[in-house]
Amino acid sequence: MQRRHERLLHFAVVGVLLVPLVGAAAGGLLDRLGANPVEQLTHVTGEWALRCLLLTLAVTPAKRLLGWPGLLRYRRSFGLLAYTYAVAHFSVYLVFDLGFDLGFLLEDVAERPYITVGFAAFLGMTPLAVTSTRSWQRRLGRRWQSLHRLSYVVGVLAIVHFWWLVKADELGPAVHAAALGLLLLARRLPARSGR
Amino acid sequence: MPIHRPRPILSREITDEGLYLDRRRFLQGAAGAAAGLALSGCFGAEEVSASSGAPAPAQLVDVPRGPAEFQTDESPTSYADATTYNNFYEFGTGKTDPAARAGSLRPKPWSVAIEGEVGRPGSVPLEELLRPHTLEERVYRLRCVEAWSMVIPWIGIPLVDVLKRFEPTSKAKFVAFETLVDPEQMPGQRRGILDWPYREGLRIDEATHPLVLLAVGMYGRELPNQNGAPLRLVVPWKYGFKSIKSIVKIRLQESQPQTTWSQENAREYGFFANVNPEVSHPRWSQARERRIGDLRKRPTLYLNGYADEVGSLYRGMDPARLF
Repeated sequence: MQRRHERLLHFAVVGVLLVPLVGAAAGGLLDRLGANPVEQLTHVTGEWALRCLLLTLAVTPAKRLLGWPGLLRYRRSFGLLAYTYAVAHFSVYLVFDLGFDLGFLLEDVAERPYITVGFAAFLGMTPLAVTSTRSWQRRLGRRWQSLHRLSYVVGVLAIVHFWWLVKADELGPAVHAAALGLLLLARRLPARSGR
Repeated sequence: MPIHRPRPILSREITDEGLYLDRRRFLQGAAGAAAGLALSGCFGAEEVSASSGAPAPAQLVDVPRGPAEFQTDESPTSYADATTYNNFYEFGTGKTDPAARAGSLRPKPWSVAIEGEVGRPGSVPLEELLRPHTLEERVYRLRCVEAWSMVIPWIGIPLVDVLKRFEPTSKAKFVAFETLVDPEQMPGQRRGILDWPYREGLRIDEATHPLVLLAVGMYGRELPNQNGAPLRLVVPWKYGFKSIKSIVKIRLQESQPQTTWSQENAREYGFFANVNPEVSHPRWSQARERRIGDLRKRPTLYLNGYADEVGSLYRGMDPARLF
């Protein structure tokens, strides 16, 4: 019974985190995203990619604080959600901003630092998403953990990407940066004894 | 520069308000009430302010069209988009903040201080500032530094006509403008995001070019608060941030004025801020723009397509330095 409840809860949490994506897609189809729907889609998917990534990084410290090993299952879900949002974010940019023009993409990546770091974050997430399965976890053994520490680097790149594109109001990036800073500090927490 | 004035065309001959009916309302009808209801929880608030939040400003009737060579025949951005997607940090930094929060601005009564190198300085009530002039409509492209653009039917008077009345002296080399500062009316000013008041400026030859408009209305109505009521500048060949809103002070002076965005970041925003697809913003490209209402981007034109009119102002200057 307990397991079933846990599964339902897990399912519900993932469902809730998909609401912004489904809402944005539906809003786009119904043309209810305001005057600049492409910008709105880009912002929603980008912000939720970052938030899901921060949730992913929060799992291990939360597990240590709360001592509930069941939490660990959420880490993969949050990570894959972050990647889903990142794919959506990149796709909106590729389709509507670049019109599938790879020349524009190369130019942007080469010449616009905020796009360079954003693209690097996206590339960095890709092997993590691919190797998120249990079989890859087994196959890579100890190296899996080293590889997945890359998620912290991705987090930093995503924050820099966000920070470098705002004009004057830095509150949004600052709040997310503070959250990432706290999560990095939390890594230093000692594992809770006896669990 | 001789300005040919063709037969004035009344605005009602051209701009049928029904044509501005926003495509969203149209689509909503098509998409059906059920889908609309299901989404209203998430997106409802924005729509309310778009369509029915603030009462529409008073109509300005029988405004004739300005000179034909200053008009674009591109179709205007929908009224709903032009009044709900705004950069006006005095009301918040989000694009929909001004539409949602500008109700606290009191555009009447309003007066404007004319200062500095003029023969007749003083504080002038807005009605008096406008009285000797005839309002006209001008359909201009508007290009934001953020790489989006609109087409707006403005109503106003050429700035040059107003400046002349106050008799600029020979020392008047620049014109400086200031927006109202009042955190009660402009809640965004409670945060020091920019160094209030918002300030802008033009070189005197730019300011006296007949393209430059002091606008009091758009789409056949008075300016909505979020669009810079009751008096704003419109300089169509420069990035939108030059077109300062809710003006309370016009100062003629000998030195180049400090302007808000170049003070905020001189490397990214210069004094001239001329639209130029060749000169990228340090962080993003200016080569293309998204016309609001379009999904794809289009190429940006040098001086926003007004090079024939104003290109000569910059003869002998390096366009790359006029960002």
